[in-house]
Amino acid sequence: MLSRTASSLYWLGRYFERVDFISRLVEATVRLDVLSARPAGRAAWESALAVTYTDVAFAATGGEVRRRDVARFLTVDGSHPGSIVYCVEAARTNARAVRTALTREAWSAINRAWLLFEGRPPADDPTAVLNLVDAVKSETRGFEGAVHRMLRNQTTWFIRLGQAVERADNTARLLDVKYHILLPEGERVGGVVDRDQWTTILQTVSAVTAYRWLYSDGLSPANVIDLLIARPELPRSLAASIEETVEVLGLLARRTGQHGEADRMARLRATRMQRTRSGEVIASGLHQFLQGFIHENALLHAAIGRQFKFG
Amino acid sequence: MRAQAFDEIMGMAGRPPRAELDALARWLEATPAIELRRRQHSAEAAFRQLGITFAVYGDNEASERIIPFDIVPRVFLPDEWDRLSRGLVQRVEAINAFLDDIYGERRILKEGVLPSDLILGNPQFRPEIAGIRPPHGVWAHICGIDLVRTGPDDFFVLEDNARTPSGVSYMLENREAMLRLCPELFRNFRVAAVDSYPDRLLEVMKSVAPRGVATPTCVVLTPGHFNSAYYEHSFLADSMGIELVEAADLVVDEDIVWMRTIAGRVKVDVIYRRVDDDFLDPLVFRPDSMLGVPGLIAAYAAGNVAIINAPGNGIADDKAIYSYMPEIVRYYTGSEASLPNVETWRCREPEALRYVLDHLDELVVKLVDGSGGYGMLVGPTASREEIDRFRAALVAEPHRYIAQPTLALSTVPTMAEAGLAPRHVDFRPFVLTGTRGVQVVPGGLTRVALREGSLVVNSSQGGGTKDSFVLMADAGATQSQSQSQSQIQALRPDGGAR
Amino acid sequence: MRLSIHHRTAYRFSAPQARLVQMLRLTPQNSHDQTVARWRIDIDRDARMSEGRDGWGNVTTMLYVEGPVEEIAIEVSGEVLTSHSDGVIRGVAEMLPPGLYLRSTPATAPDPAILAWAADLRQTDPLTTLHGLNGAIHQRFEVDHGRPVAGRSAGEAWSRAKATPRDLAQIFAVAARHLGQPARYVSGYCRHADQEHPTPHGWAEAWVEDLGWVGFDPCTGLSPQEDHVRVAVALDAAGAAPVAGSRLGEGAEQLDVEVRVEEA
Repeated sequence: MLSRTASSLYWLGRYFERVDFISRLVEATVRLDVLSARPAGRAAWESALAVTYTDVAFAATGGEVRRRDVARFLTVDGSHPGSIVYCVEAARTNARAVRTALTREAWSAINRAWLLFEGRPPADDPTAVLNLVDAVKSETRGFEGAVHRMLRNQTTWFIRLGQAVERADNTARLLDVKYHILLPEGERVGGVVDRDQWTTILQTVSAVTAYRWLYSDGLSPANVIDLLIARPELPRSLAASIEETVEVLGLLARRTGQHGEADRMARLRATRMQRTRSGEVIASGLHQFLQGFIHENALLHAAIGRQFKFG
Repeated sequence: MRAQAFDEIMGMAGRPPRAELDALARWLEATPAIELRRRQHSAEAAFRQLGITFAVYGDNEASERIIPFDIVPRVFLPDEWDRLSRGLVQRVEAINAFLDDIYGERRILKEGVLPSDLILGNPQFRPEIAGIRPPHGVWAHICGIDLVRTGPDDFFVLEDNARTPSGVSYMLENREAMLRLCPELFRNFRVAAVDSYPDRLLEVMKSVAPRGVATPTCVVLTPGHFNSAYYEHSFLADSMGIELVEAADLVVDEDIVWMRTIAGRVKVDVIYRRVDDDFLDPLVFRPDSMLGVPGLIAAYAAGNVAIINAPGNGIADDKAIYSYMPEIVRYYTGSEASLPNVETWRCREPEALRYVLDHLDELVVKLVDGSGGYGMLVGPTASREEIDRFRAALVAEPHRYIAQPTLALSTVPTMAEAGLAPRHVDFRPFVLTGTRGVQVVPGGLTRVALREGSLVVNSSQGGGTKDSFVLMADAGATQSQSQSQSQIQALRPDGGAR
Repeated sequence: MRLSIHHRTAYRFSAPQARLVQMLRLTPQNSHDQTVARWRIDIDRDARMSEGRDGWGNVTTMLYVEGPVEEIAIEVSGEVLTSHSDGVIRGVAEMLPPGLYLRSTPATAPDPAILAWAADLRQTDPLTTLHGLNGAIHQRFEVDHGRPVAGRSAGEAWSRAKATPRDLAQIFAVAARHLGQPARYVSGYCRHADQEHPTPHGWAEAWVEDLGWVGFDPCTGLSPQEDHVRVAVALDAAGAAPVAGSRLGEGAEQLDVEVRVEEA
């Protein structure tokens, strides 16, 4: 496979995964802000900005941290890489560059997501925002399905690799921000606002039902952290993303007959994760743990680029 | 004058539809306009979803548009197609022979058949590659010959395209849409399939690989996904199952072309390039080209790679050369061109210029080096100012222009605002040349001028496309689409073009 | 005359280059009045080379270098035997008919000022016209032996008081073509070129019916003599460039050229 093609597929995976993540984040935040009995308001939107690393960029727009401005900023504002429309566009540009490698089904999902934004007025009321992200999510789901129906070859592996690396980053950031920045001062851990925040996290990683299946003792932060970090059953957990990375790199190594530094880094990370207990992580500092993980993930990303000569 | 136009389905005005196509005329009558329109919209929605788009020059707004699709097919009868194919094969054989001669011995100039300055002074004649002979001596592997029709038996060549003719993806996608939306037509008519085009093209590519390469690696070279025809590039690579590369994916080392892959370098033997000569190799052509592959021409000159179509082909389809095509065909094939040219006045000749200036309101005047319908005067519909502007331009630089009569182009019923109406069409069939001869794919791209009375079919100027049916004569064959292998007419199975 | 030639071209890049591909036109060919006795091209690092010919008939050497490349030097050395020829070129295989050399290029575009000036120089006999043209250009300019400015066209050079040999040869080509004589640029070496700032030399050739290609060196106002060594021809200087290169990498490049042409 051409190095450029591999690079585009990988970035396609990363960007479309980010599209999915931001959509879920916006959706969960709207719910937290509007549909909850106790609107979280400003705090909810601040956290959404923090999770997408866009707080600085948003401040520069002069907008007010409230639903209308932030939702618009995170969905249809193409001027920064933290918006859905930016990521859709970037995913589509990469997809176009490898149009031959994709099935029509996979391409169509991306293209339809792109068409959703063409000439669309900003969605301002909550229902419109929810409709928009719903429509986007339906295309990301369609894409996910299409990737699964594609030939199990290097094309799908590079897409999956991008998705896995992106997913690990997203989940780690979500957890980091929600746990350490946005528990409002004076709120009791386990209080009502806190409880809403934890539900938002679960919604963002589509894990509300999974949580109920895996934990019988009600909503507790320790359990949510355990689920998102250490449970490989949950596709968006760090453990699952790490496993996926190792698996896909293994498939690629078998095909190309070449092992490299990315393989070694990914396997080392997986071995460490198997020994990680979420209780210990909380005790010794979740924030440090997550920051370390995000840094390591960035190093792996760079190693992948070198190993496959993305150039 | 327009009222006299020959309609390919309905026949001449005031008379009954052409007997052979009576069934099609009845289908048109029986299918409600609203239903035709629904199908047409469905096809266009599918095209948009698939991203079958093109970029319009000078249009910043919508950088990607689909080309309008018309649901009513254009039909060729078996014997019409037969005659047409023979003429096309003859013409393409002549084009290949011409290119081989003009970059080699130049007999045609030495014998005075063409004026030397016409070739030597023409920027499309590329001295940089003089003396290089492509593998197997095939130059124009893929030709698109633009034809117009004025009557049941009157076809004229409007333009040859021997560089990188585009539009074949529309031939294939339009057919796919028609099969899905109008299956009844394929039950009632025995339509030759076009879907084997990619296989045929790949076979041609493999056949011209440098000698000694058992399993050649073929690639499609695109300028990149911002190019207006990118969809077609990716479509072709996809349907042939070969890599779609950009210049940055290729490196030349020791006169061999390699592509960069995740597992290292892979040798490339045949390149179907969809970039212009200027952007092939910055060491030989434009030094500022970022799109080029440095060293590509050295690899080509060393005989280590085949480039499809060959560099330098522009001299064969140049508008200034066009008017000499009858002489060129006669010179190389030994017989008269069976497909005539449209009568053409070469404004470089003083007598012709005088005639053209006297008849500007009747003629179509074209820039010799223009394309896409820009820089063109359609006399009968032009304003006084336009005519005056062209008159001044002609006097100033006569050598840059040719003129042709406005032909009563044939029409085909087409969905218009108020229902079916006749609209003018042209036609681009695709002709392939490999080491096993010249073949014409039974179909092509029909372009239609969607505006009433308009003769401009270019997609950038409000033109659309139609499917082109070639009806089969052989009653023994089945009409299945997948039977395509046998339906491609390998008209010269015995020998090569050269 | 036996000429010993030494020509070194060195590139230094501000950032390492991933790859380098160059086409060299640095190899003279034998002709009636020029015999190459000894000739070699040396590169100061690992490089792969292959020889070929371009469309003009010049001998080319493709040079492929894998990075990282921070500097590279191309050294050409050899000996060539020359004899006096009155500038008429014989015994060279021509790839293209003379008529092709009536074409212009961006660097030899028909500049109105040059054309107006040249129109007065027309004589009945083409050879006389060309010699007159050569002399007139020689008279008009002071020769600038500094490094030629890449991409400077004949029209741009025309308005200056000083011009490089390359500029003068391109001006000659523009004027000669306008007067109906096919003309081309020649790159090569010349012993009399200013020894303080030596660069490869450039002059012109024009086609005269019944005589063939004839050399004209506007730097001297005469035809090339025994001290000229012809290497490559093309429509303009860029087409006959000794080194055409392409590199993969960022940064700027610095070029150093050394030429020594001596009687051996």
